Amino acid sequence: MAQLRVLSALGLAAFFGVWTLIAISGLVQPQFLPTPLAVYDQFVELLDKPFAGYTLQQHLLSSLGRFGLGFALAVAIGVPLGLLMGWFRTLDAIASPLFDALRFVAPIAWVPFAALWFGTGIGGPVLIIFSGAFPPCLINAYRGAKFVEPRYIEAARMLGASHLRMVTEVLLPASVPSIVAGLRVSAGLGWQSLIGAELIVASSGIGYLMVKGQSNISTAIVMSGMIAIGIVGVAIDVLLRALQARIERHRQ
Amino acid sequence: MGTVAAVLAAWWLLTATQVIPPTRFASPGEFWDALRQVALTGYADARLHAHILHSSKLVLLGFAVAIATGVPLGLAMGWSRRVEALANPAFLLIRPIPPLAWIPLAIVWLGLGDAAKVLVIWFAAFVPAVINSYAGVRALERHVIEAARMLGASRWMMMREVVIPGAMPHIFTGLRLSLQACWTTLVAGELIGAAAGLGHVLQQSALDLFPAMILVGMVFVALAGALMTWALGWVENRAMPWRS
Repeated sequence: MAQLRVLSALGLAAFFGVWTLIAISGLVQPQFLPTPLAVYDQFVELLDKPFAGYTLQQHLLSSLGRFGLGFALAVAIGVPLGLLMGWFRTLDAIASPLFDALRFVAPIAWVPFAALWFGTGIGGPVLIIFSGAFPPCLINAYRGAKFVEPRYIEAARMLGASHLRMVTEVLLPASVPSIVAGLRVSAGLGWQSLIGAELIVASSGIGYLMVKGQSNISTAIVMSGMIAIGIVGVAIDVLLRALQARIERHRQ
Repeated sequence: MGTVAAVLAAWWLLTATQVIPPTRFASPGEFWDALRQVALTGYADARLHAHILHSSKLVLLGFAVAIATGVPLGLAMGWSRRVEALANPAFLLIRPIPPLAWIPLAIVWLGLGDAAKVLVIWFAAFVPAVINSYAGVRALERHVIEAARMLGASRWMMMREVVIPGAMPHIFTGLRLSLQACWTTLVAGELIGAAAGLGHVLQQSALDLFPAMILVGMVFVALAGALMTWALGWVENRAMPWRS
């Protein structure tokens, strides 16, 4: 065990060591490869000195606002639609081919229409996040509804449950684990799509900060953006995983 | 089938009656004209097949490099606890950064050419390739490995006859996931700056405010992605004949 821990430390040391060595060796200009320490300094500096109009927190806040809106829309439309498609065969037959066709369009390919329809307004990024986050919400709600144990459905039917009550009181509670698992995938894809959208159509946000850093040829700023994106992505996943664990405990 | 026909009819009706203005979305006729234009005379500096070939070539190149680097690393991490301990911390640090977030860095380092795109595609496929090969080795049943060891399998034979075939299903799952990610990343890279490729068609048509061509671009991004996923499925069945 102790030996493995030493190896882990060695691995990390080698990663940062090689990076630092290349950076200070003068083989590449610091503009292209700053030392890890310089990246850290830049990150801290971005926290209180505005770059591209805002500080890092303000950029993040504006990204998170868009993400929240697009993700909420995807959940609000995808989950009910998935449940309904799982219950009504006709709706399934109508919506499935459409959905399958749309699913193959990469979220980022919506960028031109996003720009054409919304300009640089908030609608563009939200559309792209939505198209990334929507499919997992729908698919998992659909699968959850399809795999409900038939005896629950029969029991509810015997008791004379209406279609509405069947969906909200039988299918929905039974599909919760599947839906929550879908939310995690969906949030991850939505967050990625947001970054793509902001690299192209936005005038604020963490992706925009990185584009500005890129055109200033400041690797330190670009890397600071990457770090912030990684941290927020992990934080979102940790939150959803906590939600998942809580729901599972609650069900037992 | 009914749905497809209904959607096409609704599309035609909505655009013909101008409920959707032509500046916002293309009619079926405009779509057809745009498709003919890009296929026959060319748009954004090349004809359609050239754009598709250019994009596919970059994806396949990045994908191949990712398989060649990611799968061996994942297998080694799964097989040896020491390699895992050595490589895992650094890997965990870069893993949460989505592939799209590498685009600006790739541009700073390599410019707007093909090299930057291959780098980003490589990264998009590298992480899932490592994770799934690793998981594949870890999912191997102990008694199979012990049986092979008992029979005196050498290290090389163990890898070739037991570990790699055993991990194959997981590896292919990872490859399928990452192929889609590769496409997305490439399109994003080409949208930001490129001289050819489907993403370049999309970007040029957005600048020209040309909805019909945007639609053509999107349709072919989807078709090419679907075709590659299908081709990978074919390879998967070929690589694991014992499964069917």
